[in-house]
Amino acid sequence: MGNENLIEVVDLKKYFQVGKKAILKAVDGVSFNIKRGETLGLVGESGCGKTTCGRTILGIYKATDGHVFFDGRDVHSMNREEKLKFKKRAQIIFQDPYASLDPRMTIGDIIGEGMDVHLKLSHQEKKDRIEDLLRKVGLTSEHRSRFPHELSGGQRQRIGIARALAVEPEFIMCDEPISALDVSIQAQIVNLLIKLQREMGLTYLFISHDLSMVKHISDRVGVMYLGSMVELASNEVLYEKPLHPYTQALISAIPIPDPEVEGSRNRIKLEGEVPSPINPPEGCKFRQRCAYAKSVCSEAAPKLKEVDKDHFVACHLF
Amino acid sequence: MSKILEVKDLNVSFHTYAGEVKAVRGISFHLEKGETLALVGESGCGKTVSAKAILRLLKEPPAEIKPNSQILFNGEDVLKMDKKRLISFRGEDVSMIFQDPMTSLNPTMTVGKQIMEALRIHKKMSKKEAEAEAIRLLELVNIPNAKARVKAYPHELSGGMRQRVMIAIALSCNPKILIADEPTTALDVTIQAQIMDLLNELKQKFNTAIILVTHDLGVVANFADRIQVMYAGSIVETGTKNEIFYNSQHPYTWALLNSVPRLDTKSKEELYSLGGTPPDLILPLVGCPFASRCEYAMEICLEQRPSETVLSDTHKVVCWLQHPYAPKVDRPKSLGGGING
Repeated sequence: MGNENLIEVVDLKKYFQVGKKAILKAVDGVSFNIKRGETLGLVGESGCGKTTCGRTILGIYKATDGHVFFDGRDVHSMNREEKLKFKKRAQIIFQDPYASLDPRMTIGDIIGEGMDVHLKLSHQEKKDRIEDLLRKVGLTSEHRSRFPHELSGGQRQRIGIARALAVEPEFIMCDEPISALDVSIQAQIVNLLIKLQREMGLTYLFISHDLSMVKHISDRVGVMYLGSMVELASNEVLYEKPLHPYTQALISAIPIPDPEVEGSRNRIKLEGEVPSPINPPEGCKFRQRCAYAKSVCSEAAPKLKEVDKDHFVACHLF
Repeated sequence: MSKILEVKDLNVSFHTYAGEVKAVRGISFHLEKGETLALVGESGCGKTVSAKAILRLLKEPPAEIKPNSQILFNGEDVLKMDKKRLISFRGEDVSMIFQDPMTSLNPTMTVGKQIMEALRIHKKMSKKEAEAEAIRLLELVNIPNAKARVKAYPHELSGGMRQRVMIAIALSCNPKILIADEPTTALDVTIQAQIMDLLNELKQKFNTAIILVTHDLGVVANFADRIQVMYAGSIVETGTKNEIFYNSQHPYTWALLNSVPRLDTKSKEELYSLGGTPPDLILPLVGCPFASRCEYAMEICLEQRPSETVLSDTHKVVCWLQHPYAPKVDRPKSLGGGING
């Protein structure tokens, strides 16, 4: 205890066997920390390994190599009892609020299931707590006896959040919690997440491909490309002074809802598409789409290094 | 400029077991030659239904386009077209790009065949001609190594590539109007930028008019000429891009613009969020459909539908706040731009 990092990820690797010979390196040597009470955003295009990374941190996937320390304990070498305790402290909110709630369970049962395992409450305590949680996420106690199909997408995502909160966790991994929702509902959910964090001192890992939303909610942001972390910096620095060519292109590709600003922006265009993670290019994985690629880029993979205080970049240019 | 498409009082309902869902409620709009019109709004507001109604792609029943509706393409009523005319209308005059490039291509046909299909039916090309044309089209939409890709199946292509193939199919017969239904929603931002650039380039090359259905205001800011904001089956505000972004007058438009965080503004403040959800379209709507979520709602809003107020040749808004007796409401400061003019 006393460590300011709640989670430390050290050279984490997660490979999947695809077919007989091929190996898909979904997460390929990623290291970072998550401080207590902060929100770390993880962004990148689909298939870059952000969700796999998050799931490996939670121990849903077994790591191929590397370590994840949660409050000083290695998640992947815990025994049964420790794992149960860990699961109470680290929870998850899923992307799709339609698929992640059991259609045959009432809302009360969905939220209460985790309490049965972890909290051992009396019937009345459990009922009170469920109703309390429902109010906390902006619903009413009468939702307790409803079924998921009776609720809208935004309401379901609130249930997902209440379920995660039910066991009093310290850490929540939010895996694209808003991408299935409408714009006006997204704002509601993000506001709720920020409010809950303030009230309960939660730590978030916020995974999303929506860079503007990540900017809004995060304290620090990590950018992933093909299984590697290419840049990690505080929110303001990353968006104002992105160093990695990929981060620069990614940020400039987001359209800003303001015609005048849009008209005067210079867009960095990326040619081609993300190469297959099964046979990624040698050296720097981004070099084929990078305008600044030099010969060294094809020889060695750049390491993540600190170029400024708390600003990490993996690029040979720095 | 001349009107290439005119929609008058379009009403579309779906007959379901639960009752009649009035998905589109009396919308009227027009499209001029070579312009890009964006339809924006949340899911279920009737954007896609309106777009599909133009092409008569809704299955009837359960859908029903009400008899007083009119869709005029160059003065010809689409709703009165016979089967034969409809076949030539779809593809040659108006064509469509669908939202999900993963499911809208036929997985058992090569992409070349799917492009050639349109060419052979509409342009009566021979197989050879059609194949050469298919390769030309794939090159046009910037697919590298087009000669080999003609023989590829959809599963061999990435999402961005598939959307390019969809665009190639849509453009194969030089349509005058292209309806793009959320063309980039399923794609990553860098690919989205590529696809939108491509659409823009093609629009300039062929002077095609585009109806862009989307919920992404960033995309709209970049590519649209005019914007139409829809809510619960009705158009609540319509105007040029600048009128909507800098001088919008409808509280729903404000809410839409305000609820997206922007990359160029400060973060960690509470986002403006709209309480509640859109109304159930099965129930009869009394008054303004937005009234229950509107922070400026007055008594009249709950009782009577507001009528359209014309603010300029291009800018129209449907809201009681425009009534001379209504209290003056300032646009939220965070939006910038002028107030009432």
